[in-house]
Amino acid sequence: MIEHARPFDLAAERCGPSSSPIIRIASRGLAPLIQIIGLYVFFHGHYSPGGGFQGGVLLAASIILLRMGLGFANTQTVMPSGWTVPLGAVGGLIYIGTGFFAVLCGGNFLDYGVFPMPWLDPPHLHSYGILFIEVGVTLTVMSTLVAIFDHLLDG
Amino acid sequence: MMTSHIPLLIPASFLLAALLIPLAALLWRRLSWLLAVATTGLCFFYAVKGLVHVTTVGRLHYHLAGWQPPFGIEFVLDPLSAFFSVFVTGVALLALIHAGRVVAHEVSGVDMGFYSLAMLLLAGLSGMVVTGDLFNLYVFLEISALASYALIARGDPRAPLSAFRYLTLGTTGAAFYLLGLAFVYMSVGSLNLADVSQLLPDVGDTRPVLLGLSLMVLGIGLKMALFPLHAWLADAYTHASSAATALIAPIGTKVAAYVLLRLMFFLVDPQYLRDQTPLPAIVGCLGAAGMLWGSIMAMCQKELKRMLAYSSVAQVGYIALGIGLASPLGFIGATLHALNHACMKACLFLVTGNFRVRLGHSTLPRLVDDLRRTMPWSAAAFTAAAISMVGLPPLAGFFSKWYLVLGSIQQSNWVFVAVLVASSLLNAVYFFRVLERLYLTPLAPPGDTDVATAAATREAPASMLAPTLVLACALLVLGIFNAWIVSTFINPMIPSRLGW
Amino acid sequence: MLEIIKGYYAYFFLVAVFCIGLFGMMVKRNLMKKVMGMSMVQSAVILFWIVSAFKEGATVTVLDPTREVENADLYLNPLPHTLMLTAIVVAVVTLGVSFALLIVIYRRYRTLEEPLLLEKMQ
Repeated sequence: MIEHARPFDLAAERCGPSSSPIIRIASRGLAPLIQIIGLYVFFHGHYSPGGGFQGGVLLAASIILLRMGLGFANTQTVMPSGWTVPLGAVGGLIYIGTGFFAVLCGGNFLDYGVFPMPWLDPPHLHSYGILFIEVGVTLTVMSTLVAIFDHLLDG
Repeated sequence: MMTSHIPLLIPASFLLAALLIPLAALLWRRLSWLLAVATTGLCFFYAVKGLVHVTTVGRLHYHLAGWQPPFGIEFVLDPLSAFFSVFVTGVALLALIHAGRVVAHEVSGVDMGFYSLAMLLLAGLSGMVVTGDLFNLYVFLEISALASYALIARGDPRAPLSAFRYLTLGTTGAAFYLLGLAFVYMSVGSLNLADVSQLLPDVGDTRPVLLGLSLMVLGIGLKMALFPLHAWLADAYTHASSAATALIAPIGTKVAAYVLLRLMFFLVDPQYLRDQTPLPAIVGCLGAAGMLWGSIMAMCQKELKRMLAYSSVAQVGYIALGIGLASPLGFIGATLHALNHACMKACLFLVTGNFRVRLGHSTLPRLVDDLRRTMPWSAAAFTAAAISMVGLPPLAGFFSKWYLVLGSIQQSNWVFVAVLVASSLLNAVYFFRVLERLYLTPLAPPGDTDVATAAATREAPASMLAPTLVLACALLVLGIFNAWIVSTFINPMIPSRLGW
Repeated sequence: MLEIIKGYYAYFFLVAVFCIGLFGMMVKRNLMKKVMGMSMVQSAVILFWIVSAFKEGATVTVLDPTREVENADLYLNPLPHTLMLTAIVVAVVTLGVSFALLIVIYRRYRTLEEPLLLEKMQ
């Protein structure tokens, strides 16, 4: 459980940049590739193995690779540690918000067919609706895994 | 229009609050407690409205995402789930109001985490109560379990190990449930509770179905702390913070008991279970053994929280005994005892929290002698709840035990009657020991007492005292009106196959 | 008897894995090994559901132009697969929580062996 507005000094001390230049360069090179694959896995959850959770884990893996290769303090610009828990909450809120939006539009919870978008027919509405909540799931999973890593480092 | 959405709104509001609390805590720390209490109050209001609707008009079915059952997941508010959701949210509301001070005192600095996890726990528990889909039940079971592992992990220095033990055992229980569900699904082809209960009589005699049911009962029994699967409970409730225990202890095992009621009375025909399988007999005997074991272990404890934890094992045994009778009287006894025990145990744990905040500990021999003077209301609430636990009229505890005894006599099960009476006497032993310490120890002559201890013990603050007294009065009200409760709420929920 | 084993060997194997994991959780004294046993138990149950979705000659539930869509026997049962996606997430989260607890225990007591832990806690 996190405390209110804690500074991550201990984590910055414990996790400096790696001493080997190979690891530093390789992590900088690999991280964008992992992120692209993570986005691909997320978007293709409909048609092939993948989906929100799996894509989120891959995105988190890229950020953790950067943290371990380049050091904790240097990667704060990629994902600030104070943002991880609020972003996780925002992701969950996207999910529930879409569900309640369906309730407000007159249907049941998560009933994507009643969204007020007349240019889409119900099968497409369902497809895009599921994709949208998967965005929330990906965001939550990614931020939560990075938050776990940061807080375990910090003690 | 709002009423039709109630089966959804109860778990979904808790989930929404769990996600809003981390964001709200960035603005103002106290907001986490306020948001938690407000959401629980709102959900209690929804639950009461749902119960009124179910009693007057009829059941509420909610098809999630618009898909019809059995293809989609549905939430059902029928008399049993409405009854359970009312007292689960009600007891949680009082425990959360009480938790405001205790969290600041015992686990300071983690309010946001505590209240967010408490909301997740309540989302899982209330979801378990309203869902009508067996796999959705597993998902909510795991949500509530994970939240409770994390809540228990903060407290004593020994709390992480107790939480770890609870985690391994609880996950194994959920794995057993899932394995049993696999067998049932493979035999029947559906996961909707109502649908499965219709399809099961055709395949009921086959071995996979019986094995699946037994595994599911085993898994839920582990979550319910049925003897001998109760090993995690004593450590977990003792070493957690008082706020976490007051939240989890009264309602966690009751919701698992609700699932067992669903499995053994609504999923399968209870007459068939009682005549053809030994399952109810086994559950009843394990409940009886748990009653004796829990009471005997509670007598040996010196620390109040540990004693109450073992007492919980015994009380869950009462509910299991009622389920094991597989008759209308057993059903009424089990359900009424779930309600009564939630209120009694909550009151007892809240009083323990009061003691901990004012005295710093709740060990029986070390209690200050003049508590009857300095903390009169807490001591009175403890007395009321203790008398109710022992089972003396007109307090609530007597009536549920009465129904259980009636049910045992109806089936000529004299062993159960003997165990019920013996367990009540054992309850009397360990509770009256506490009352003796509170009321009958002679006061030291004035001027002799330590100035520091005399000054430190005042009555608990109002935000902690009010929920305690509300619960103590509720025990009296529940006892006096128990006939009305049984006839209005419990009789309609008895499954028609039971032949009441 | 041979037909039962030949037809259901996957189920027997998975129940054996379940029992081995349960045995590990009960008997091993290191907390980390108990976590490994728990992971084995969960994996066995998840695979049990997946194996129950198998049909002879069926393919994955992705639209295959060479097979007709109306005949459901040519496609696997997708429901256990989707349910187990959720169950896998639950298993991973449980592992995460258990590791966090182990780290807290280790940082306080410097050991993960249960007898030593119980000694240090007295």
